[in-house]
Amino acid sequence: MEAFLILEDGTVFRGRGIGASHEVISEITFNTSMTGYVEILTDPSYAGQSIVMTYPLIGNYGINHQDKESEKIWADALIVREISRISSNFRSEDTLEHFLEENHIPGIVHVDTRALTKHLRRKGTMNGMITRTSYSNLSPILSKIQQNQIQDVVEKTTVKQKTVQKGQGFRVALLDLGAKQNIAASLQNLGCEVWTYPAFTTAAEILADKPDGMMLSNGPGDPKECISIIKELKSIYDSGIPVFAICLGHQLMALAMGADTYKLKYGHRGGNHPVKDLQTNKITMSSQNHGYVVNADKLAKEIALPAFEHVNDRTNEGLLYQKRPIFSVQFHPEANPGPRDLAYLFERFMHQMEVYHAEKKRD
Amino acid sequence: MPKRKEIKKVMMIGSGPIVIGQAAEFDYAGTQACRALKEEGLEVVLVNSNPATIMTDTDIADQVYIEPLTVDSLKEIIKREKPDSLLATLGGQAALNLAIELDECGFLQEQGVNLIGTSAQTIKRAEDRLLFKETMEKIHEPCAASLIAQTVDEGLQFAKEIGYPLILRPAYTMGGSGGGIALEEEALKEILSNGLRLSRVGQVLVERSITGWKEIEYEVIRDGKGNCITVCNMENIDPVGIHTGDSIVVAPSQTLGDREYQMLRSAALNIITELDIQGACNVQFALNPHSFEYCVIEVNPRVSRSSALASKATGYPIAKVAAKIALGYHLDEIPNAITKKTFASFEPVLDYCVVKIPRFPFDKFTYAQRTLGTQMKATGEVMSLCTNFEGALMKALRSLEQNVDSLLSYDFSGLSLAELEKDLEITDDLRLFRIAQACRKKIPLEKIQEITQIDLWFLDRVLYLTEIEEECRNFPLTKELLYKAKKAEFPDTVLARLSKKTEDEILALRKQYDIFANFNMVDTCAAEFDAETPYYYSCFDGTNEVKTETTKKKVLIIGSGPIRIGQGIEFDYCCVHSAWALKEAGYETIMVNSNPETVSTDFDIADKLYFEPLTKEDIANIVRIEKPDGAVVQFGGQTAIKLTKDLTEMGVEIWGTQGEDVDAAEDRERFDQILENCQIPRPKGETVYTTEEAVAAAKRLGYPVLVRPSYVLGGQGMQIALFEQDIVEFMSVIKRYDSGYPILVDKYLMGKEIEVDAVSDGENVLIPGIMEHVERAGIHSGDSISVYPAQSLNEKVIDCLISYTKKLALALKVKGLLNIQFIVDQNDEVYVIEVNPRSSRTVPYISKVTNIPLIKLATQVILGRKISDLGYPVGLQKKASHLAVKMPVFSFEKIRGAEISLGPEMKSTGEALGIAKTFSEALYKAFLGAGINPIKTKKMVMTLNDRDKEDAIELTKSLQDLGYQIYATPGTAKVFTEHQLTVSKINKLKEASPTLMDLILQQEIDFIVDTPAQGKMKNKDAFLIRRNAVEAGIPVFTSLDTANALLVSLQHQEERPFPVNMAEDLIEKN
Repeated sequence: MEAFLILEDGTVFRGRGIGASHEVISEITFNTSMTGYVEILTDPSYAGQSIVMTYPLIGNYGINHQDKESEKIWADALIVREISRISSNFRSEDTLEHFLEENHIPGIVHVDTRALTKHLRRKGTMNGMITRTSYSNLSPILSKIQQNQIQDVVEKTTVKQKTVQKGQGFRVALLDLGAKQNIAASLQNLGCEVWTYPAFTTAAEILADKPDGMMLSNGPGDPKECISIIKELKSIYDSGIPVFAICLGHQLMALAMGADTYKLKYGHRGGNHPVKDLQTNKITMSSQNHGYVVNADKLAKEIALPAFEHVNDRTNEGLLYQKRPIFSVQFHPEANPGPRDLAYLFERFMHQMEVYHAEKKRD
Repeated sequence: MPKRKEIKKVMMIGSGPIVIGQAAEFDYAGTQACRALKEEGLEVVLVNSNPATIMTDTDIADQVYIEPLTVDSLKEIIKREKPDSLLATLGGQAALNLAIELDECGFLQEQGVNLIGTSAQTIKRAEDRLLFKETMEKIHEPCAASLIAQTVDEGLQFAKEIGYPLILRPAYTMGGSGGGIALEEEALKEILSNGLRLSRVGQVLVERSITGWKEIEYEVIRDGKGNCITVCNMENIDPVGIHTGDSIVVAPSQTLGDREYQMLRSAALNIITELDIQGACNVQFALNPHSFEYCVIEVNPRVSRSSALASKATGYPIAKVAAKIALGYHLDEIPNAITKKTFASFEPVLDYCVVKIPRFPFDKFTYAQRTLGTQMKATGEVMSLCTNFEGALMKALRSLEQNVDSLLSYDFSGLSLAELEKDLEITDDLRLFRIAQACRKKIPLEKIQEITQIDLWFLDRVLYLTEIEEECRNFPLTKELLYKAKKAEFPDTVLARLSKKTEDEILALRKQYDIFANFNMVDTCAAEFDAETPYYYSCFDGTNEVKTETTKKKVLIIGSGPIRIGQGIEFDYCCVHSAWALKEAGYETIMVNSNPETVSTDFDIADKLYFEPLTKEDIANIVRIEKPDGAVVQFGGQTAIKLTKDLTEMGVEIWGTQGEDVDAAEDRERFDQILENCQIPRPKGETVYTTEEAVAAAKRLGYPVLVRPSYVLGGQGMQIALFEQDIVEFMSVIKRYDSGYPILVDKYLMGKEIEVDAVSDGENVLIPGIMEHVERAGIHSGDSISVYPAQSLNEKVIDCLISYTKKLALALKVKGLLNIQFIVDQNDEVYVIEVNPRSSRTVPYISKVTNIPLIKLATQVILGRKISDLGYPVGLQKKASHLAVKMPVFSFEKIRGAEISLGPEMKSTGEALGIAKTFSEALYKAFLGAGINPIKTKKMVMTLNDRDKEDAIELTKSLQDLGYQIYATPGTAKVFTEHQLTVSKINKLKEASPTLMDLILQQEIDFIVDTPAQGKMKNKDAFLIRRNAVEAGIPVFTSLDTANALLVSLQHQEERPFPVNMAEDLIEKN
């Protein structure tokens, strides 16, 4: 079945439709990871977006449900060049094509993804429609596409109620802004008891549970939309408990403390992003998935200092708060997919909680 | 300025002669590294014994030493040059081993030389089997259950504990020399004893067989600050058990999920961090296909063949970055040469698929075992890029230039189902074609997987290709079907055969449907950043990215494809120099090549690089987009020459000698006519097509005769026939590889063989020098020891050679290079045996020893300049006062079952050069450079054919005078005794011990002179002796001429150590 990707500027890419047959309008983004399509599709941060995989051969190793980063596919659609007709891996439980069908997610294959990526890189991230209808007149469609906005995605992706994952160690309050499951898993691997809260839980409610530390997760959408969460984070800051924040969580904490955020032309999505630790000047490869980025200039130096920076475009990749045991990163130390080189940051968080704990005891 | 200010003068060691397992990739890496060092304003001293390399050009390094790569000569050079630093991680295993030896004996420290890049300590921890195992245990990286055996008994004991099969890998060898898989005790004994001897430290790793696991490699880079990245990973389609150099390899990995990918990536980084690598490194893993279990196979703490492949596959210049790291730079301080916006501190991502296929020499060694194992056998490789795997595979197949254009090129349709299933177990170079046949026969993929242990995903792609074959055979070529087939890179030739149409009809259909190849850019970042790098590959489902507009005239340079015996690195040297000369003359240069090991496929050599197969259709794709003003074909060997006619038909002007004139030199009748007109004699000969005609011709000419197909390089399929039976046998072999072309039968002349390379502008010729072969005619020129300047020619002969060269150049309307081979008989009569109106194998060598930039001059002539304008007198140039000897180097020990005796068919893989003030000194250096050390035990063996026995008496006597103890086989000993020579008789194989074989296996002898009986009278024992000697590392000389040369070199050994010479010291500017 022929399918089309119609971009808001009128550019049309053709391919064959797979997965669900419905029409969808969303933001079109590209990801340069060569592996990890299962993790990417199920990453809640992609809510409201369709994914173009720049690597052309997708689906080779099939689907293993353990690799999912949440219960379902959050991306609106998948755009690839080739999809493997068989899945070959000892862990494979399903084919990618069937997985899309099951999740009611449309996809297009045989798209010239390189040309599409170049287009997005030059013109910037834009909206597009994935459809199986061949429209003869694009203009009414285009205005509809142009009007699309990603809205209320944190509400959609966050858990509906508080859950507790038992552990022997520190109690970590995980604010689920659209969290990847490997954040909780990484904490659990270090022995933590993870209490996951819906995104709109108040600070008072969380603090009442007496967590040893707080984890702010990744999540979808424009950070500035999350006004009420930002407000609550100010209270979290004031409480003095150790906080580790990733991606959207990092942006929200920064906004809470006076920083600004802005949208990158075409975002950082992939597993090969070099970040520099500004304290040691060491470079590490990171997994990234973000369209927005923190402008740390407006953040008072006494509040927080940049801790990491992207080597290529020198954008902010992390903040070290000066008066509170808080640090935050734009990239994804939990990986899945991508390099695990920064997983040690979870241990750093553990250390902060230990220090905090020791001090509290002394008090 | 380097980051580390104390570094001012760096010495680099090259990898020496090309042998199997150590080929052109180190010229590529070394050249790139030299350029990177010079870019920093450093003084670079380069040592390499291989004259065919670009790195030994005086404009690549500041001081070039073409000297044997031995500890002694390196010590001399270090004393003379006093470098402050030594960089040894870019010259392959050869350079690494030498550096370690220099370090271990304390010499480097004594001379104040720092080993920069990865340290000696690190190299030892990575290479020493025991230290490596301990290191891996320390960081909990699993290795297969193994033992470092230092004796055969230890190995046998271990085998009793863990059972068979076992894999054996000697420490400190390259290309898996001496390794193997032992299935039972006898094999273990044999491989282990051989491996212990080959290992520099007498260690062999004996380990649990993980045959059948996935073999995955990571190319990693780490800087002095500890920043580390993986450049790319690669998956061997052939599972563990076949040497990675002999495997079909794909990049990136195709069947690994993110968990496996990241697990191995993290392991690779852990390993290089623990080892403290500073530079490039290759880590090989075996991954259990049924679990997350993995083990580390090995680590190469240096730039390797895989790094060359990874560089070309991703666009990331590994050697350059490794060199900068050695100077103290960190990854984030080195700009990404491709995007110019980002830095070296990132990991390339691909948006295409890369396939590498090895090129095997089995067409040369028809009797050799084709089976593949842990000992590498490939002489070269091809790489191709495409937007899908099957397309990349199809492109790579036709890049091999072995008359293969699809999976149908080897026909296994005659096999029954049962036979086919049985034969799928054979692990040789044809396995892929058997798998394709199994797919056609509908053998389930699971069954094929069970037998071959190749991942299902790859098998499914092969199945897909066979499905397309089937569709094209049975259904009309609709637009959809044709597009599908072209997307999978079915060439028009195959589509024509399948659909029973002509190629023209297929092309017409493609025009009708508008199905043409487009070109995508290799940009390291999957289009995430804007890139300007003009490095392209074709695909049928992409959008064209080539910028064709230019104010310059465009010229296509056709490269020489994969390295094979007879067409090696020399032609890459020619192509690169031609590209540079054309660039300098203001042209836009467009390089086309399929070989990832070469300098020519570095993206900054030509203005544009097309990484494509060298076939008519693939070139036509480029021509369609680029519309070049002309093409040069005379530098890329036979590969390029063969495309002349096609290029002309595409409307591309051939610059330089025209195709019809090339044909005239190859076409027997036309060439005879030219010779007659020029009054130049040649050995009598005839052109035939059938075996009957060949026999009749031989009868008329009188035996011995030379039989060979026309249009070949390296004397492929050429044989000397003494009897009718020989002709019958050779004809059957020739016919198998070459169909349609005529076959030449020539009277075989005995005499001195002389070789001349010359540049002709159509009016005059420039001859840089005359080369004389040590061996008499009958041994292929590429396998002969070649001496410049010729030693035994008088004025009259030289004048005759010059005159013939000029006459032939003019008669053949040569514009550019030509190569002529002459025979001078005992009456000083000069005969022409062959004219090649193109660049030849000897061009780099003669250019270097005469200091005349032959390719540059030829290129300028091609562009219309006259020799007289180029600053050189016409005719033969002034003879140098030094001597140069080019010594062939063979890789016989790697190819089980290959006959090592020399003949008219070329067998050498590389060459070493000796330059000195005297003939004997140059010879001695050349022998050393070729890895022959003739003075160890001072014992040697003579086993000669009847014709040579009497001739060898003087030689034997002289060797005895030099203190050698001579052993001789009974027949040879008898003749020697009759001539009052006292020699020790040694028994033949069937006789009582000790036999000749015992001597060989006990390493009791320095060399063997073994002249085999010619023709059909092949002696099985003699063959076994030669094989065993070669595998035991004992040099065997199969011609008395070579042995006499060795004698000459030995006669002056008291003058050793020979002075080392900077190439420039000896080679004065003419």
